[in-house]
Amino acid sequence: MVSAMSMFVDIEKRMDAFFLKVNFEVGEETLALLGASGCGKSMTLKCIAGIEKPDRGRIVVDGVTLFDSEKGIHLPPQKRCLGMMFQNYALFPNMTVEQNIKAGTKREKNKKERQYVVEEMMERFGLRKYAGHYPHQLSGGQQQRTALARMLVSTPRALLLDEPFSALDNHLRFRLEQEVREVIRGFNRTVLLVSHDRDEVFRMAQTIAVMDEGKVEVLGSRDAVFENPKTVVSARLTGCKNISAIERRDTHRVFARDWGLELSTAGQVSEAAAIGVRMHDICQRGGENSFLCRVADEIENPFSYTIMLKPDGKEDSAPFGWELEKESWEKIRAKTVEITIPPEAILLLREGDCSG
Amino acid sequence: MDWFPLINSLRIAGISTVIIFFAGIFSAYYIAKAPRAVKGFLDVILTLPLVLPPTVVGYLLLMALGPRRPIGAWLLDTFEIKVTMTWWSAIFATTVVIFPLMYRTARGAFESFDETLAYSAKTLGLPNYYIFWKIRMPYCRQGILAGTVLAFARALGEYGATSMIAGYTPGHTATISTTVYQLWRINDDGQAFKWVMINMAISFVVLLAVNLLEKRSAAQAMGRRR
Repeated sequence: MVSAMSMFVDIEKRMDAFFLKVNFEVGEETLALLGASGCGKSMTLKCIAGIEKPDRGRIVVDGVTLFDSEKGIHLPPQKRCLGMMFQNYALFPNMTVEQNIKAGTKREKNKKERQYVVEEMMERFGLRKYAGHYPHQLSGGQQQRTALARMLVSTPRALLLDEPFSALDNHLRFRLEQEVREVIRGFNRTVLLVSHDRDEVFRMAQTIAVMDEGKVEVLGSRDAVFENPKTVVSARLTGCKNISAIERRDTHRVFARDWGLELSTAGQVSEAAAIGVRMHDICQRGGENSFLCRVADEIENPFSYTIMLKPDGKEDSAPFGWELEKESWEKIRAKTVEITIPPEAILLLREGDCSG
Repeated sequence: MDWFPLINSLRIAGISTVIIFFAGIFSAYYIAKAPRAVKGFLDVILTLPLVLPPTVVGYLLLMALGPRRPIGAWLLDTFEIKVTMTWWSAIFATTVVIFPLMYRTARGAFESFDETLAYSAKTLGLPNYYIFWKIRMPYCRQGILAGTVLAFARALGEYGATSMIAGYTPGHTATISTTVYQLWRINDDGQAFKWVMINMAISFVVLLAVNLLEKRSAAQAMGRRR
């Protein structure tokens, strides 16, 4: 809590498929790198960990320079003191739980001290019973706890979590995520989380960097990014499913080409190339932006309905979704409905490439 | 019965296997990390002895190590060591001929290694030698062990290059394979058959061991997958 900025990253790396150019600063909080697979988020994490070497740039953590291409600094991963957790946990299969955790202890410490911290860590994560088990004998949860214990016992300066839950079943995922959240809360330092799951990111991170094609497209606080995603990619990644290209009609008026609707917007239409409307923001309050729509499809979810709508009389337009509670839909169910797209709910989006 | 050929074959195969083991795993490890062009080139060079006739390898070795050839002459002049026609000359022959077998097997074993294990070990601060010997090698243990046993079995029977560089001197450079040839040449079928049976027995046991190792490694891979 000495410095507000505890991780600084500004790197470039050319690869076969694309050019990675990432730049961000983050304090003692959780930053999520949110992006589709292949956007460069995992590569960024590997560069920070020292497993991959960027072509150019600088990485500083806690005031210690880990990488600086101009000064010729490139610390090996062993000297960086960063804890990294992988999707498959990367537990050493030939070592028991106890040996795995011991492998993470500082090697300069003496035997007794190392044994002591291992015991303490096993106690904390409820692994004492499994000390002699091999990784393949453990459940997913026990494996994750072993990986967390092994990572924390190495007293890292920051944590790097590479899609920690994406290989798990849904029900397990929620529980394990909770355990990781607890660890992060106690850790109190910078945590970088790589993920493509917006719910996970929303629950775990305070700051979000949306990545696309090797670049950070949007960087901001969690709430700011979800309220105003700014770009098409970012809107999609934060879960906005209704997106349409637009033609600008006025400072506060657009024509949504995909839906064939002319809409008023609360925000100024300046550089926007598209708009997004979250499915649950559509309502029936009447007034501005109200339209008669035909129900093209009715999709039943466990706790809600998604109604696919087409503006009345515009059969060749693309449908857009409206999500509402089961009860509400069952009350008003009809072939045509009048809906309202509130001007303040319209997200004005630019294409990713023209980012400033 | 004179057991010298058996003892000689075993010590030649044993020493060559130790050399091949280390040379094989280290070249497999480092070549895997090399840039693609270098990798392709070295791979061909190191695999070549596997497909060349052993007599060609023997010929090339003689060209280098013969008493009037560059390296052989230099060794003779400076250290008064004659590197051909001694029992240990055969070690050169078997090492070169069998090396590709170990190199190839080790490379295959290393390719199956989950590289994220090495990454996570590095971020935990574990030194590279530790990662190699305590994580990478145990992970690939079965494949490497099978390769080593196979290399030993093959070294035990090397004939072509050995006969050229070490010759056949009874009680001095004779191995099982050169002895069988010699006995057949002088029509001593009884003795020849004995050595054939000994060789068959050893090879049988070795191949059985390789099979068992492979089965165990398959079972272990299943366990690992969870």
